[in-house]
Amino acid sequence: MRITCPCCGERDLGEFSYHGESGTERPDPATPEAARKFFEYVYLRSNPAGPHEELWFHGAGCRSWLVVRRDTVTNQIFWVARAADRCAGAST
Amino acid sequence: MRYSVFSLLGNALTGHTQWTPAWRDASPKDHYDVLIVGGGGHGLATAYYLAKNHGISNVAVLEKGWIGSGNAGRNTTIIRSNYLLPGNLPFYEWSMKLWEGLERELNFNTMVSQRGVLNLYHSDPQRDAFARRGNAMRLHGVDAELLDRDQVARLVPYLDFEDARFPIKGGLLQRRGGTARHDAVVWGYARAADMRGVDIIQNCEVVGLRVAAGCVVGVDTTRGFIGASKIGLAVAGSTSRLADMAGLRLPIESHVLQAFVTESVKPILDRVITFGAGHFYISQSDKGGLVFGGDIDGYNSYAQRGNLPTVEDVCEGGMAVMPMLGRVRILRMWGGIMDMSMDGSPIIDRTPIDRLYLNCGWCYGGFKATPASGWCFAHLIAHDETDPFAAAYRLDRFATGHLIDERGAGAQPNLH
Repeated sequence: MRITCPCCGERDLGEFSYHGESGTERPDPATPEAARKFFEYVYLRSNPAGPHEELWFHGAGCRSWLVVRRDTVTNQIFWVARAADRCAGAST
Repeated sequence: MRYSVFSLLGNALTGHTQWTPAWRDASPKDHYDVLIVGGGGHGLATAYYLAKNHGISNVAVLEKGWIGSGNAGRNTTIIRSNYLLPGNLPFYEWSMKLWEGLERELNFNTMVSQRGVLNLYHSDPQRDAFARRGNAMRLHGVDAELLDRDQVARLVPYLDFEDARFPIKGGLLQRRGGTARHDAVVWGYARAADMRGVDIIQNCEVVGLRVAAGCVVGVDTTRGFIGASKIGLAVAGSTSRLADMAGLRLPIESHVLQAFVTESVKPILDRVITFGAGHFYISQSDKGGLVFGGDIDGYNSYAQRGNLPTVEDVCEGGMAVMPMLGRVRILRMWGGIMDMSMDGSPIIDRTPIDRLYLNCGWCYGGFKATPASGWCFAHLIAHDETDPFAAAYRLDRFATGHLIDERGAGAQPNLH
């Protein structure tokens, strides 16, 4: 498996480290349901067999956090984006 | 047919033409008292102990492939009970005790070989951690011996004791640990369960779970609907897929673990050795192949094949501890899908859905747990209450904070 980093181009998997499912949002500790929401945020995963959006860190390259959409059954990668750009896109 | 020296002699006299299949190839009935989804070691052991310990024999085991096609046939066959934490130790020691009597229990040669498991340590802090683990084991009645460098060198002189980067300073030895023949374990449990009336249904994939009024009533399969009073899931890496059919989200990620076997060589390795400065474990099969493995690949995966960076990492670990490995060729490598839990420990518990029971989260240590997992899961399903040996393996422990984190890695499954 190789990942095409938006900054560095196509690179070997060994350059990257994996964090896990992306898109999970840290709950606000002040909300009344905070304990349950934190439990879900920290421990529960959708873990699909198929397309999965996940966070990778390009530690041996540009040191960017990346969001990768990848099929967990075939390892086909659909797209890769910088997490910073995704966050900026989400907030505008 | 009971296997014995007499059945062997009798069949030898008839040219081995009279052997019968070890179990029936059953077709699904309309309804069962208990359905076990997953015909791996854990599912088959559960069915066997349901029939034997609890008298429930109207049971079917559903397997999407064939018996032995999943992780049961993909592991590195190591059995041990060298754990630290109180939630784990009694469970794995009970499993070890069941291994010790398994061949007589099942009337099947599962080739349990208590050749010893030696965990090497390479630094003073690691020695202290191993001493602590060894003491915890002995307090729980489990055998453990802390060896120094010279004792290890006498036991396994062919390791690299001159390595300056990862010096071998000693090891923690569990002499009762060892290996078992993985295929024979599932075959043995399948045959023994079948003899007690359990239906083993292969090539039958579950495609849907039917729930009515908060209670599970049956499964849709590739061979039609099968009704059941109770359903147990023992499907390892497919746990999240099955749970999703019932609308459950679980503290599980599926990851791929690779294993390797070399060409056959003459006997050189008479125990299980693990490298403590990286992650590498190795033993030699009776056929002569060196069977070894290391870390999981580290990313969510349902592909039963891994990637090359992990292959390189595993082989580097092997070369660091046992340089003669560089002279043998790898014959095969393969991957299996692990149900990695968020604290590295398993779950044997009820689910929020009535009469649906869960057995998962074995990470990459499920093989050694096979007998006790079946034992405890059968108890849970039969009596709707947790077996004392599995009392800590609750699904709600993540919400209540009662985690069993042997490694102390936190909620990051690829680090366990």
